[in-house]
Amino acid sequence: MSDEVIKLGHGSGGLLTRRLIEERVLRFFDSPALAPLKDSAIVELDAGRFAFTTDSYVVDPVFFPGGDIGKLSVCGTVNDLAVVGAEPIFISCALIIEEGFPSKDLERVLRSMRDAAMEAGVEIVTGDTKVVPRGKADKIFVNTAGLGRVAKWAESLRGAAQPGDSVLVSGGVGEHAAAVLAGREGLNLQGSLESDCAPLTDVARAVLQNANRVSFMRDVTRGGLATVLNEAVAGESYGIVLSEADVPVREEVRSICELLGLDPLYMACEGRLATIVDAASARRVQEAVARTAAGAQCRIVGSVTEGYTGSLVAQTAFGTRRLLQMLSGEQLPRIC
Amino acid sequence: MKYVDEYRRPDLVEDLVRQIRRRASGLDRKVRFMEVCGGHTMAIGRFGIASLLPERIELLSGPGCPVCVTPTTYVDKAIELTSDPSVLLTTFGDLYRVPGSAGTPEEACERGADVRVVYSPRDALGIADSNRQRLVVFLAIGFETTAPTVAATVLEASRRGIANFRVMSGHKTMPEALRALVQAPGIALDGFILPGHVSTVIGPEPYSFLAREFGMACCISGFEPTDILQSILALLEQTLTGEPIVQNEYRRAVRPGGNAVAREEMMKVFEPAAAQWRGLGLIPRSGLDVRAEWGGFRVEPPDPAVPSQEHASCQCSEVLRGRARPTACPLFGKRCTPQSAVGPCMVSSEGACAAYYRYGSVRFEG
Repeated sequence: MSDEVIKLGHGSGGLLTRRLIEERVLRFFDSPALAPLKDSAIVELDAGRFAFTTDSYVVDPVFFPGGDIGKLSVCGTVNDLAVVGAEPIFISCALIIEEGFPSKDLERVLRSMRDAAMEAGVEIVTGDTKVVPRGKADKIFVNTAGLGRVAKWAESLRGAAQPGDSVLVSGGVGEHAAAVLAGREGLNLQGSLESDCAPLTDVARAVLQNANRVSFMRDVTRGGLATVLNEAVAGESYGIVLSEADVPVREEVRSICELLGLDPLYMACEGRLATIVDAASARRVQEAVARTAAGAQCRIVGSVTEGYTGSLVAQTAFGTRRLLQMLSGEQLPRIC
Repeated sequence: MKYVDEYRRPDLVEDLVRQIRRRASGLDRKVRFMEVCGGHTMAIGRFGIASLLPERIELLSGPGCPVCVTPTTYVDKAIELTSDPSVLLTTFGDLYRVPGSAGTPEEACERGADVRVVYSPRDALGIADSNRQRLVVFLAIGFETTAPTVAATVLEASRRGIANFRVMSGHKTMPEALRALVQAPGIALDGFILPGHVSTVIGPEPYSFLAREFGMACCISGFEPTDILQSILALLEQTLTGEPIVQNEYRRAVRPGGNAVAREEMMKVFEPAAAQWRGLGLIPRSGLDVRAEWGGFRVEPPDPAVPSQEHASCQCSEVLRGRARPTACPLFGKRCTPQSAVGPCMVSSEGACAAYYRYGSVRFEG
C-alpha cells in the first residue's frame, strides 16, 4: 500500500479499510483469533475467575522518550489487570485516527503494541479502526480492553491496612510525566530521561507471592504516588506517613520538576505500583520486586499510622511534616 | 542535584534552626515577617519551615503572586476582547482559571472563545506568526521578572514584522507596592523576606527606603530551605539590634545593580503607569504600560482607577496585605477550593490560600 497518510476512506468500512487492516494491522498482530476478521473473536477459557478492564489513551505527544501511545495502551490495560492479581490473557485494540496521520507513524504505534503485548504475554484478539476528519481527533487515540485470569496468589489481597503496615513503591516516580513533558516542550535535558511505561505483571506477582497480607495494590498513574496513596487512606480509620527522602526519584526527574515547579510525588507513572503490605513481609516483598525488570528500584517508602486519620502526610528530610492532598486539577494536560 | 541539594542539607537546616531559636529567646514580643513572593510562600509550605520556627516568629504572606494581585477588571477586559472572533487570547496557565466578575478565561474558552495557554510570551508570538489573519493578544502579567521577556518579545515582533501580535499589560512593579503596604494602616510588620527573582532584575537598591524610612528589616532570599532560614535569621538579627538594612542572602543570583540589560529592554518597551492591585488598590507608578512608540502592539488595559470587584465574603485582599490568614476566610476550603476558586489566591499555584489548602496549614502540626 503506497498511501503515506491515513485518509477518511480508510475508515469507511469499505475496500480501503479492508486493505488498511490486512496490509498494515495484521502484519503486526499475529493471532489465530484475530486472523479471520470476524465481528467477534471466539476464544477458549478454562473455568475460574476473570478480571475485565478497559481504558482509553490520548497522550500528546504520540511518541515520547521510552515509549509511545501503542506501548502505553497495552501496558496500561495489562497493569490494571495485574494489580487485582490477574494474569492478562487477551486484549482488544480500537484505533481512532485523525485524517492525515502518517502511515509510517501508525506502523510504529502498531509495532509498539505488538512488542508490549509480547513482553506482557497477552494476545491481541480483536480490534476496530475509525478515521475521523482532520481536527476531530488529535492524531490518534487508542482504546484497549483486557481480560485476565485471577491467579491463586491473588488471595493475598485481603483485609484492611493495619497501623504499622509498610508502604512500598516499585520504582522511581514521575518518569513518564517527565519524559512526556520534555518531549512536548522540546526541553533538552541531559541524561537519559525515559518513560517508565512497562507491564507490571511480574511486579504484581512478586508482591502477591511474597506478602502475608496485601491490603492495597494500585498502579500509579495520573496524579502520581501522592494521589494513589490518598485513595488508599480516603475515608479510612488510618493514615499514611510517607518518608520523602526514601521515595526514589531520578535525578533527571528532579531537575525537570525543579525547573517547572512541579512536585515529583504528583507526577504520573505508567510502570509503577504502590502497595501496602504487612510489616513482617515488607523486606521480603521489596527484595522480590527488586529482582523483576520493572521493579529494580523498589523501596519501602512509608508506613500506615493510627494518627493522621484519612490523610497522607509527607515527612521531609528535616523532620517537618506536610499534608499531601489529592492532585487538584491537572498538573499537565493529557499525559496518559 | 547540584545547586539544589546543598541548600537542602538537613544538618545545615538543623544548625540554622538552632541559631534562630537561640536568638529568638532574646525577643520580648512576637515579631512578624512577611514573605513577599509567592515562590517563598510555596517553599515555606512544601518544606514545613514555619513549623520549625519558635512561637515568637510569625510568617505572613504578601502581595507577591502576580495572578493574585491582578484585578477582576483585567480578567473581564480579557474575556471581553474575545467577543471579537478574530481575537485569539494567549495566557500563562495560572491566569486561565482566575475568575473575573463574569467567569474565568477557561469558562470563556468552553463557551467558544479561542484562549490558549502558553509557557512563554515567545510561544504567543509563534502563534501570532502562524495565525497572521488573527489578532493574537498576550495577557502580560507578572513583575519585573517577567516584564523583560515580554518586552523582548515585543521587540522581536517588531523586528520580524509580526503586526498581528498584541500585548495587554497588567505588569506590576514591586517597590512602590511595598511602600503602599507599609504605609497602610493596621499593618504591623517587622520585616520583609524580599523576592529573589524580582531582585535578580532590579537589584537590592530599590528597597533601601523600606529600611531607611520605615525601619523594616529586609533580606532578599533564595527559595531553598537554608536560604529562607538564613534570611529569617538575618531579619531576626536586624530586629534585635534595631539596625534595619537591606541584606542580600541570594547572592548567587542577585547582584548589586541587578540585571541592567533586562531592565534596559524592559524600559525600552514599557513605561511606569498607575496600576490597580487586588488587595492594595490604586498605586501610582506601580505598573508598566506599553510606550506610545510601540503602540501598534498595545491593547489598552482596563482603567486602573476602577477597583477590583470581589465576592462579598472573599478575604483575598486581607490575605494579600498580611491582615488575615487564609483559614480565617469563611469561604476557605468550602465554597473556595483550587477546583472551584472564588478568589485568585486560591487559583494561583503561588497563592497563599492555595499554599494553605495544599499543605494543610503552613504550620501543619499533626
